[in-house]
Amino acid sequence: MKIKIFLFIIILFFIFCFFIFYKGLNNSNIYKPNVEIKKDIPIFIAKDFYLENEVNSEKIFVDSNFYILNIWASWCVPCRKEHSILMELNRNQSIKLIGLNYRDNLNNAKNFISELGNPYSQILIDDDGTIAIEFGAYGVPETFIIDKDKKIIKKFVGPLNNKLLQEIKSFLK
Amino acid sequence: MLANQIGYFSLIFGLIFSFLLIIVSVKNFNDDNKGIDHKVLSLSFLQFFFVLISFLGLIFSFINSDFGNETVFNNSHTTKPLFYKISGTWGNHEGSLLLWLLVLTLFIFLFLIKSNEQPKKYRILTLLFQQIIIIGFFLFLLKTSNPFSYLFPIPKEGLGLNPILQDPALAIHPPILYLGYVGSSIIFSSSLSAVTQNYISKKWALHIKKWILISWIFLTLGIMLGSIWAYYELGWGGFWFWDPVENVSLMPWLTLTALLHCVLVLERRLALSNWIVILSITTFTMSMCGTFLVRSGILNSVHTFANDPERGIFILVFLFVLIFLSLGIFFLFHKEKNQISNKIFWLSKESSILINNWFMMYFLSVVLIGTTYPIFLDVISSQKISVGPPFYQKLIAPFLIPFLIFMTIGPKLNWIKSKIEKKFSLIIFFIISTFLSFLILRKLSSEMLFNTVLISSAFYLFFITIKDLFIKKFNNFAQSIAHFGFSMLILSILFNSMLSLEIITNIKVGEKFNFKKGQIFFERLEKDESSNYSSVIGHFKINNNKGKIIYLKPELRIYNQPTTITSEADIKTTLLADTFLVMNLVKGKEYFNIRYQVKPFMIWIWISVILLSLGGLMSLFKKKYEN
Repeated sequence: MKIKIFLFIIILFFIFCFFIFYKGLNNSNIYKPNVEIKKDIPIFIAKDFYLENEVNSEKIFVDSNFYILNIWASWCVPCRKEHSILMELNRNQSIKLIGLNYRDNLNNAKNFISELGNPYSQILIDDDGTIAIEFGAYGVPETFIIDKDKKIIKKFVGPLNNKLLQEIKSFLK
Repeated sequence: MLANQIGYFSLIFGLIFSFLLIIVSVKNFNDDNKGIDHKVLSLSFLQFFFVLISFLGLIFSFINSDFGNETVFNNSHTTKPLFYKISGTWGNHEGSLLLWLLVLTLFIFLFLIKSNEQPKKYRILTLLFQQIIIIGFFLFLLKTSNPFSYLFPIPKEGLGLNPILQDPALAIHPPILYLGYVGSSIIFSSSLSAVTQNYISKKWALHIKKWILISWIFLTLGIMLGSIWAYYELGWGGFWFWDPVENVSLMPWLTLTALLHCVLVLERRLALSNWIVILSITTFTMSMCGTFLVRSGILNSVHTFANDPERGIFILVFLFVLIFLSLGIFFLFHKEKNQISNKIFWLSKESSILINNWFMMYFLSVVLIGTTYPIFLDVISSQKISVGPPFYQKLIAPFLIPFLIFMTIGPKLNWIKSKIEKKFSLIIFFIISTFLSFLILRKLSSEMLFNTVLISSAFYLFFITIKDLFIKKFNNFAQSIAHFGFSMLILSILFNSMLSLEIITNIKVGEKFNFKKGQIFFERLEKDESSNYSSVIGHFKINNNKGKIIYLKPELRIYNQPTTITSEADIKTTLLADTFLVMNLVKGKEYFNIRYQVKPFMIWIWISVILLSLGGLMSLFKKKYEN
């Protein structure tokens, strides 16, 4: 009898351990990046917005002194607001503006672009949001300034405005 | 390409042989023949052979830089030196699991041919339990981590092997460690089958002791190699960081050490038999648990295996299947042995071995809790904590004092019953050690009392074992040398941590930095090119106050594939102390950050671990354990 109770307790204990570990496994999938300035950008593979082929990040961040990565989505209201600022930024030849379409419906996103214009020289699709997490983004919109060494030198959480536009411009001089 | 195909299909053949083996051996189990059927032996050999072919296939793909193979693509590069192309085979998740499997099949084959004198049913059952483990690994490999996955189109170049893994100590560390881990699987299967057959006896103890010793020796050496790698390559200036991955190798070592001592009791009298079975199960469970913790990515550690939840779940389920299986078997079959033989006199070798076991279990629980507690806390209350070295040091160090004292006295006692007379030399030696450590520590004021007691207990073991080595000649030489090694290990670790000197500063080329005991002069910088990295070498001259000059040349290496910067420490080793210098770039400045360390008795740590395993080796080759 004693042994049976003992066995029962042991089995319960191990079942408990099993569930803890099982839950722990799922927890560890949550990305916890260091939000650190001057961090190398992650290496990733993403789908191109128009061609829908896979592109390697190594091939995107080439031939420019500065890159701006903007994370946006058609469902995101502040993105609509900051779009004119991005159009303005696009006039600057020394930078390459890259869009990252975050967790979006492709049709809605395309309508969004055709309605407001396309400021980006390339748009990438991040349909499960992992690339944004790799960059250390909190949400949409978010903007990263990346130098030619592929280091993040500045990031802006939330929509850009005219003041920030001036700041970015001074940065790029 | 071809090697890849051959490797993959041999792996599947290997799995098929598992099932064939089960069928044939179950038939063999029930027939009237006395010995094991020859078919079983040949099937077991064939299984090993096919896994070997598969492993060679993978090595071949690595040597040929066949980037059509995903594992090769992820972990190799054409410019890697041949040695690291080969060691890259097991420097990654898939390849290292294939190595596990290879050792598993090799060991069960060796077990079968080396256990002729054992009862047939016991051998077959061991084989069956082992096959369950082997099938588990086959499925794990084929399902979640196939080392022969295909890539198309074939990439022209691979991603490269992580530079910190390009180190000779690390190249042989995994195979050695795995021999230890996998050896524990044989102990597991064998003890389970011995329980079902009611075969836990002196004869079994003698036979399983060899396997325990083999795994123990390899595990000890494997842990040491890992530690050497961390010391030389990681450039943190330490040899043990209580990192989860180090802890998981320490846990089976602790249970295995306990088991090693227990089995000595069983060899002599029928006692502790149930405890031995529990220890055998725990040892293997700890090895598997380690695999789970490291491979699933549930913990962050220096090991850079890819985190894949699918893999984690597979090992987790497999681990708990094994736990429940062994629990079920143990509770169904174990017998309460007649109580008379279980009585142990308080002053006897048996009781001291039991005390050893209690300590081992205590150390095990400290390490186990320290390693897994953050997971439990995170899941239950989503708080994040990290358990660092102070936790382990505070909880383990005080308990080393009685542990060392018992370790000294224990071997002096007789089996069954011992008397206190004629033990005066023990007391005299204790007084000498206390006095000596007091003299040594007088100059170092910190934590005086505690350190004096700890060091005197270590000295105590040290002197007594030296005395034994010289006076008692070859009587129980193996045990003396292992215990001597252990005392030396503790002493060198203690002195190392107490007398270490560390200086961290930022310095420019041409500058001098003065510290209490000397001066560091940064002479110049030099550039160098190598096949897979380019390096910047700093030339440093260190004067110490006694007029001794040391030149140290730490390096910064920029590896090309993948582009990674590593700092190579320059270490000058002497018998008394290591001097260690590592430099790092301070971003955007002309300054270099340097860390200069003097670490006394470093080399003695490695030497004492080698002595420790030498003791095990001698015990393995000894015909019979003398009293």
